Amino acid sequence: MTPTLSRRGFLAAATIAATLAMPTIARAQNTTGGASARLVIVGGGFGGASAARFARIAYPWLDVTLIEPQPKFVTCPYGNLVLAGLRNLDDITHSYDGLKARGVKLVQDWVDGIDPVAKTLRLRGGTTIAYDRLILSPGIALRWGAIEGYTEAAAQTIPHGWIPGDGSQTTLLRRQLEAMEDGGVVGIAIPANPFRCPPGPYERISMIAHYLKHHKPKSKILALDAKDAFSKQGLFQDGWKQLYGDMIEWVPLSKDGKVTRVDVATRTLETEFGAKHKVAVANIIPPQSAAKIAIDAGLTDASGWVPVNPRTFESRAAPGIHVIGDANIGAPMPKSGYVANTTAKQAVASAAALLRGEAPPEPVYFNTCYSHVGEAYGISVVNIFRATDTAITEVPNAGGVSPRGDLPEQRRFEALYADAWYRSITQDAFA
Amino acid sequence: MRHALLAALTLLVLPNPTQAQAQAQAQAPAQAPAPLAAQACLGCHAAPSLIPAIAGRPAADLAAALTAFRANERPNTIMGRIARGYTEAEIAALAAHFASLSPGAAR
Repeated sequence: MTPTLSRRGFLAAATIAATLAMPTIARAQNTTGGASARLVIVGGGFGGASAARFARIAYPWLDVTLIEPQPKFVTCPYGNLVLAGLRNLDDITHSYDGLKARGVKLVQDWVDGIDPVAKTLRLRGGTTIAYDRLILSPGIALRWGAIEGYTEAAAQTIPHGWIPGDGSQTTLLRRQLEAMEDGGVVGIAIPANPFRCPPGPYERISMIAHYLKHHKPKSKILALDAKDAFSKQGLFQDGWKQLYGDMIEWVPLSKDGKVTRVDVATRTLETEFGAKHKVAVANIIPPQSAAKIAIDAGLTDASGWVPVNPRTFESRAAPGIHVIGDANIGAPMPKSGYVANTTAKQAVASAAALLRGEAPPEPVYFNTCYSHVGEAYGISVVNIFRATDTAITEVPNAGGVSPRGDLPEQRRFEALYADAWYRSITQDAFA
Repeated sequence: MRHALLAALTLLVLPNPTQAQAQAQAQAPAQAPAPLAAQACLGCHAAPSLIPAIAGRPAADLAAALTAFRANERPNTIMGRIARGYTEAEIAALAAHFASLSPGAAR
């Protein structure tokens, strides 16, 4: 990129070039007669769908295109309840019809390449799409081979269940649990930070335990963890003891919990110091990075994640591209659906402001993660964050986890509120 | 006990809007962009559910509820933890925003 070219000059040049290159794509006009601007969003998960919906509601002058290859979105949240048998896959599957009805142009294709200088996207189907601002919400990739033997092919035998896709990974793990004989051991490998949904593995342990308690009560869960502490740890462990007795064994990093190798044929999980655990059903949640498209576009750093401006979520490597959701470096924010939702709105507001030559809004980001420990036993964590152009800070003396102790009403209500949260946030993203 | 707490929580706010009101609002034209702090509320308060609706409620009631949650003067499971993260100015702005919406609106 030419460093001497101003952003505004660059935008104008790119727009002219793109318009010349793509004469068939008409520029939309808004109701006041002014020229519209093209906001293109890649990825229709919580981040991308929330961005598309908010852009149409709050900034009707934006011409919004959402590029997403899958016809429907299966959520990670509540996938663990599918494993428990408390929900069906249909309950956690959302269509894009609501967004289309709001005027979002849905393009069902893969993005094969991003040209941040020409401000164009190359689609697998052969089309080129030009943008004035791009919001990239691509999600994560799994680091195949980071655990020796755990390849993409191996995931057809030992599921990860961490990128729902069309739901087949969740279904595979559910079927294996259903097929297991009572008395079997379910082995779960859990990665070090950072990864998608910090409390997710522990809710998964809980929901598998719920299923086993009711259907295969002699069975055990062996959770092998690559770290020594985890999200809502005290609350989870209190709940496990109360609801599931000694069914769950959690092995931290310092007790040789890190899985480094897997033998797929024998379902054997091998840890750092050579312990071999042969299990009846295995679930490997592997180390992760930003999705491939972000890596290919040169947006990631050595960590595998995307550095961004914490106020606008604009990529440090490519102006004009806002990267939201699990793919970016948002610490201390967790990689959660709620964070994707609230930061999507900030990214849209920032993109709209920058397109009009205005200052991006003052940021305040919000997170709540509910987890089910049992069917009627919920816990939560709340975080509020503020940000500058260089850093994100959690607001002190606010937020935090549910109180510990013998609080049955709190747990019952938080399970009900979790259900209500799911309905609400999926409406705010997809309806 | 469960019903007692549920009743107490429900009483903190006005009755839920009707389905007809919600449907009417769904067809209303888009309004000006909401304060972004208020947008965060919609992760839980967008859909009709056990979680009380906030759109269309008087600003003074919303601000008073949040102020009381902040001070742990109203029973709650989570709202105290949330309300303590926001400034008085933000509470006033988001209370005014949701008060300006029709009951059943979700944005």
